[in-house]
Amino acid sequence: MIETRSLKTLTRRQLLSRGVAAGAGLVVGSGFVAGHDGAWATEMDAMKPESFATLVRMARDIYPHDRIGDQYYAAAMKGYDVPEEVDFAQDGIEVLEETSRAAGFDSYLNVGWEADRVAILRGIQETEFFQRVRGGLVTGLYNQKEVWPIFGYQGESYSKGGYMHRGFDDITWI
Amino acid sequence: MVAPFELTDDNVVVIIGTGAGGGVLANELAQKGVSVVALEAGGRYLPDDYVNDEWASFGQLAWTDTRTTSGDWRVAKDFSNLPAWIVKAVGGTTTHWAGASLRFQPHEWKARSSYGEVEGANLLDWPIDADEMAPFYTRAEDKLGVTRTNGIPGLPGNNNFKVFEAGAKKIGYKEVHTGRMAINSQERAGRMACQQTGFCFQGCKWGAKWSAAYTDIPAGEATGYLEVREKAHVARILHDASGKVTGVEYFDEAGELQMQRARVVCVAGNSFESPRLLLNSHSSMFPDGLANSSGMVGRNYMRHLTGSVYGIFEKPVHMYRGTTMAGIVQDEARHDPSRGFVGGYELETLSLGLPFMAAFLDPGAWGREFTTALDSYENMAGMWIVGEDMPQESNRVTLSDAEDRFGLKVANVNYSDHPNDKAMRDHAYRQGAAIYDAVGATRTLPTPPYPSTHNLGTNRMSERPEDGVVNRNGRAHDVPNLYVSDGSQFTTGAAENPTLTIVALAIRQAEHIASEMNQGTL
Repeated sequence: MIETRSLKTLTRRQLLSRGVAAGAGLVVGSGFVAGHDGAWATEMDAMKPESFATLVRMARDIYPHDRIGDQYYAAAMKGYDVPEEVDFAQDGIEVLEETSRAAGFDSYLNVGWEADRVAILRGIQETEFFQRVRGGLVTGLYNQKEVWPIFGYQGESYSKGGYMHRGFDDITWI
Repeated sequence: MVAPFELTDDNVVVIIGTGAGGGVLANELAQKGVSVVALEAGGRYLPDDYVNDEWASFGQLAWTDTRTTSGDWRVAKDFSNLPAWIVKAVGGTTTHWAGASLRFQPHEWKARSSYGEVEGANLLDWPIDADEMAPFYTRAEDKLGVTRTNGIPGLPGNNNFKVFEAGAKKIGYKEVHTGRMAINSQERAGRMACQQTGFCFQGCKWGAKWSAAYTDIPAGEATGYLEVREKAHVARILHDASGKVTGVEYFDEAGELQMQRARVVCVAGNSFESPRLLLNSHSSMFPDGLANSSGMVGRNYMRHLTGSVYGIFEKPVHMYRGTTMAGIVQDEARHDPSRGFVGGYELETLSLGLPFMAAFLDPGAWGREFTTALDSYENMAGMWIVGEDMPQESNRVTLSDAEDRFGLKVANVNYSDHPNDKAMRDHAYRQGAAIYDAVGATRTLPTPPYPSTHNLGTNRMSERPEDGVVNRNGRAHDVPNLYVSDGSQFTTGAAENPTLTIVALAIRQAEHIASEMNQGTL
């Protein structure tokens, strides 16, 4: 599982003072991307922070879950922030930006409405870049155990003796 | 007490594969004092090893060696190198199976006679029938400890079943219950009762579900007549100038080519690997592959038409809690052409965990239509459709241009739906949705077939040699000491989950082989 790393050496205020808001909910700073309130942040190893923020936004637009925070999308995208993957990702993002500009926006992160961003994504959905990002999210997002409770999925029960005495037949409304 | 047999021992029966067919055959022969070497491509995993995490378990157990696909089935697009979700391990797919254990209906043994001519389908009657199979089904049900047989009570219904049952009864279905399951509803045969843990597909950590891995295989080994060689990947079957098979070449765990001599060879590698092995065993005497004078090796691949229906409700269901498939509606399993198709289908409860639901609900889909469904995961109920698909000669396993790590050509799996399959699936989707609508579903989701778990028919059984690959005993029409012992010998697929029938055929085949050996005719 990909982990986001927090910038432990910075206070939340310091972190926010070093970045600028990028689209809804993300702060892009020098060498890092953070949540809007600094509750999570990840340092960049290979990728430009603006590009990573764009990837995170794109990931949410592909699989939008309003109750799931950006940090889980960031964790799913973190695998592109390595030397072997960064060129592929940056090239793909450039295509995304060109498509956004052709639609009349100055950048993907500045497309304010989801419907407009989805229309832009429809325009690139056959590209290898889009398909790899989407395919990777299927495991990269939904296989994070931390998101399972948000969906009401409890996962394994063997360690607790199964669901025999933990509600396998507790439905009352039927 | 593992029997070590010499590679040069030409008195052994070599069985390739250790699942429902091979694993049971190996034990049944060993119990009769027949020496058996079972070659298993996978490793050995037991309940303590199983992982209750879908992707981690998939990585541990699934057969992920490359295969290729073609045809218009959606699996070829969404999972082009994964046409099947089956297991590479001692015990084969009996680690993964859900446990549903149903007998064929009598008319299904005679599909061609029962259904008549169906254009584009290659229907054929089995050379055996329900009466002949009845005693072997009885023994198989006892071996597997099938609920609702042998006085074994049914499993309790979980939340997913309760929704399914209420909806089914509301729309008039009568044959609704928690299934005939090879999962202990009470302690039996030294194995404990089901603890409603879910994760039936990932290997039962309690051992409550029957699997050859921890029943037949160790029982056979305890006799001293069965040796299981793990991580032994069979390359080809050898024969002599008379056309009888003489041994099997395989790559051992170290990647070294070995040759085990054999008196009899039984192929039980599931319906892709079994025909692949016969085709890869071509020679100057058998240029189109071993046992393939009919040209039928690899043809008539069947996978049950499958598909799933999920319903979303206002309140939680928690479908993943408890036994995955303990729930069935059998009213549609009959043959009733007035519905617009021949044959029938079963509806069975099913659930996937969130990770696999995301992967299988609508592969390739994205956006809110997809994610709003997953947002309601907690309030979802699910069912699986298992129906008889039509055998078609063009649905077949052939050798691909691609090669595996040993340089052996891999299987290509070509499949396209027959119009009967589409008509039946559409009917089942409507009935499945009606079940959930009847109890207040706010949304129903028809879900396409997953990579196949029921792989059947690529070495079909036939009365006449020109119609198939093996005879009524699973014996190759062309080669007197070569047998097929898995689901690939199915002439037609019937509507029922196939494992019980594979086990019953293996028990029957063991009687036949032992008898022939005793008479000196094998």
